[in-house]
Amino acid sequence: MNVMDTRATSALLYLDGVHVSFDGFHAINNLSLTLAPGEMRAIIGPNGAGKTTMMDIITGKTKPDEGTVLFDGVTDLTRLDETRIAELGIGRKFQKPTVFESQTIEDNLLLALNVDHSVKGTLFWRETKPESERIDRVLETIRLTDARDRLAGSLSHGQKQWLEIGMLLAQDPKLLLVDEPVAGMTDVETHQTAELLREINRDKTIMVVEHDMTFVRELGVKVTCLHEGTVLAEGTIDQVSSNERVIEVYLGR
Amino acid sequence: MPHVLTRSLDRSATVFLMAVVACGVLIPLSNLLLPAGSLFQVPTYLVSLFGKYVCYAILALAIDLIWGYCGILSLGHGAFFALGGYAMGMYLMRQIGSRGVYGNPLLPDFMVFLNYPKLPWYWHGFDMFWFACLMVLVVPGLLAFCFGWLAFRSRVTGVYLSIITQAMTYALLLAFFRNDFGFGGNNGLTDFKDILGFNVQADGTRAALFALSCLGLIVGFLICRAVVTSKLGKVLIAVRDAESRTRFLGYRVESYKLFVFTLSACMAGVAGALYVPQVGIINPSEFAPGNSIEAVIWVAVGGRGTLIGAALGAVVVNYAKTYFTSGALAPYWLFMLGAMFILVTLLLPKGIIGTFNSWWEPWKARRLAANAASAAREDGVSEPNMAE
Repeated sequence: MNVMDTRATSALLYLDGVHVSFDGFHAINNLSLTLAPGEMRAIIGPNGAGKTTMMDIITGKTKPDEGTVLFDGVTDLTRLDETRIAELGIGRKFQKPTVFESQTIEDNLLLALNVDHSVKGTLFWRETKPESERIDRVLETIRLTDARDRLAGSLSHGQKQWLEIGMLLAQDPKLLLVDEPVAGMTDVETHQTAELLREINRDKTIMVVEHDMTFVRELGVKVTCLHEGTVLAEGTIDQVSSNERVIEVYLGR
Repeated sequence: MPHVLTRSLDRSATVFLMAVVACGVLIPLSNLLLPAGSLFQVPTYLVSLFGKYVCYAILALAIDLIWGYCGILSLGHGAFFALGGYAMGMYLMRQIGSRGVYGNPLLPDFMVFLNYPKLPWYWHGFDMFWFACLMVLVVPGLLAFCFGWLAFRSRVTGVYLSIITQAMTYALLLAFFRNDFGFGGNNGLTDFKDILGFNVQADGTRAALFALSCLGLIVGFLICRAVVTSKLGKVLIAVRDAESRTRFLGYRVESYKLFVFTLSACMAGVAGALYVPQVGIINPSEFAPGNSIEAVIWVAVGGRGTLIGAALGAVVVNYAKTYFTSGALAPYWLFMLGAMFILVTLLLPKGIIGTFNSWWEPWKARRLAANAASAAREDGVSEPNMAE
């Protein structure tokens, strides 16, 4: 870990001049982006704009060819692996909901709790009151209390998305990366998800990737539009959606 | 510890353990106490045969622990079994002493025959039973640890891992075949005389070895249950079902795999060590890749991820093997084994126990619900709303 004497930046997440290419294809091209603590940011952009690759870089799944990725002003994320980064407090929800289907909803949350994750710790683990209370709270937030003993695989698509958000909450990270949380949801569920994210944003920083413009509008936060691995426009939803280039490559005329 | 026991022992686990205890007590007693020829007397050859099955059951448990719960398909687990067997075999060889054909008090027969000037360094200590027992655990465990450390850290998974485990056991097969490797080459280790001073051929020793194998199965089963019912067990299933998701939750997946792989190898080693004195020989053919694959088939037939199924599968398939290879159908056994694997995969993908559970569980749930409803009526309480 690269610990500097002073914080290089006040931003919680700081990306500067990041490049990644896969077999000559420039997935991320001189990408620079900062996220202030407590901020919620929506990321939009056409397919192949590099949104998921950016999340892969932040969470340590992909190593950038060059560029700086700093978390909390001091930690160089490019040198750490997924486990370390998760331990630091960066949680991720995937595009396709990935929950542990053959385990109960309660167990899914139990696994996500940010407690001792060592082999020894889990082998000799015993349930404690604070832990089960935290699980109860999360179940309440994601409205799955009645389904706690059901297998996660039996949930509807929308409920799985919520369970995954619940797992993020149980993880209690400083930064949440949320990839397409409302894909496949009904209008009501979409609306509820926007409410849930705003609620979570009260004490956590969130980066949310989404295609659904109604949802992004409902979030009412700063929007960044990516295109060909770089930032095309940044600003309020109205500013971004009236940007000529954004309309051309993404929104369509 | 009591909470571990109550957690690990559900009803089916208790039934299984009681069945193993009953076999482990009744079979040796019937062999030793009843007169030969009596209807209920289990002849000694059968005691040894059953003992062999029980050792295979322990190996199957070891495979089920990593494959059924953590998704690591090892096609080389026979190697750990054989290494445990060789460690025990070395002790048994040293016990022969000067009773060998060449009467050399220090060197086993094959070393005299191959003109070994002195005992190789790695044979020292094996005259002590405790040291051999330690090696039964340490050698397979250490190999699994080193192998797993390299493989899991490099994130070798799925079929690639299966292939390199297969390569590992094949490499060991070739090494142990060599005369200059110091383990008796092609012939392996045999002609054992006694174990801890008891004649290995005697009925009493055989019965005791059978009972010990049952004890090994019980202890192995309890360890596996304790592991899979702990939170670590949930992490293992998480790794099996969504490995990268588990990583993003902050679990060091390779440490979990390494732990369970090493534990499993130690169990396989114990199985091999119990096996060797009962069959009376250990040779390089135990490393044959086919053996490891066969062991995986036992687990698939019995039911992956059920532990009881793995043990049951090992006994059922091996009983079938004994039955069919001793009759007119002998030349077709391998076809039958292959057919069994294909049919189980197609028709009973959860294996015998898994399929049984999927019939039994809904029935049990309905019965419980009905009981609860009738109890509620008796109490004069209005029936709870069962709708979810």
